[in-house]
Amino acid sequence: MTQPQPEPRNVAPGEPHDSMLSETLSYIVGLGLALLLTGVSFWVASTTSLWGPGVATGLVVLAIAQMGVHLVFFLHITSGPDNTNNVLALAFGVLIVFLVMIGTIWIMGHMNSNMGPSPEIMNLQTQRG
Amino acid sequence: MTTSEASAIGLTHGGSEDTGLGNRGPQSKSIVVPYGFWLFVLSDMVLFSALFATYASLVHATDGGPVTSQLFDRTNVAIETLALLISSFICGLAMIAAKRKEMLWTQIFLFFTGLFGFVFLLIEIKEFAGMVAIGAGPQRSAFLSAFFTLVGCHGAHVTAGLLWIGTMMAQIWAKGFQPHITRRLLCLSVFWHALDIIWVAIFTIVYLIGTLP
Repeated sequence: MTQPQPEPRNVAPGEPHDSMLSETLSYIVGLGLALLLTGVSFWVASTTSLWGPGVATGLVVLAIAQMGVHLVFFLHITSGPDNTNNVLALAFGVLIVFLVMIGTIWIMGHMNSNMGPSPEIMNLQTQRG
Repeated sequence: MTTSEASAIGLTHGGSEDTGLGNRGPQSKSIVVPYGFWLFVLSDMVLFSALFATYASLVHATDGGPVTSQLFDRTNVAIETLALLISSFICGLAMIAAKRKEMLWTQIFLFFTGLFGFVFLLIEIKEFAGMVAIGAGPQRSAFLSAFFTLVGCHGAHVTAGLLWIGTMMAQIWAKGFQPHITRRLLCLSVFWHALDIIWVAIFTIVYLIGTLP
């Protein structure tokens, strides 16, 4: 009779690794990367040498990268088999966050430009006020 | 079929160890509790996404009042960001110490986690008070209502986190590193790191993009 295969162990989010050195190193690498990305963000926001209209997009990309650094190095959310539940929950959360944000910005932007008060109404309000 | 066969394939509950959750039954509490808390943190991020969406929709609705570039100071934001990042880092060190049941180092690291969080909160309160003093309070315009709701909600979370850190320091001191105490500590660290993640979005979307030339 064969031994049953051990199921992959689950880990809790935020739980440090096993060896003290690799744990500390993970937090130090995370801190360094986060500092670097923050510094680049502030530099990108204040420099004039970059193409102006692209700066905002660049900042959002840098922010998403930094969130990834925090998730991996501080919260220890990895792609390993012991982390499947944590990653799936995160993926669902990210899906909802993007739906809410992009959906709202998209719809409200269109409502704002298409459904503003017409000039006549604006005129009436001005006269009444 | 016999009773033992039925229980072996999970058809009965009487005297069976099989809970329908695989060979070993449910995960231990040290996994389930932080996982549940992780789900809470993710739902908290969904809450913040709604506040971000509101802010993005209303950022130009200033009603003739002050606009983003007149109100925000990048130096302040840089200090706040640094304070919260260092706080998050030290929180990680506290978890490493707590795992090895080092009472003194856990307490020291948790103290500095809270201290840097407190520095962050003080700067934020000072900023809010300064804005209210120049007539840019939450009643001034839709943009400022959205701003104070979003950033204030994060500040409220940090305040709650500070109270939690103080509570955990007292509990570790009084009860030692019992399993249920270390579970709470792990949840606290997840909460604290998540607050830093939300702050990354705030300083980028609200402060940096708001002060672009």
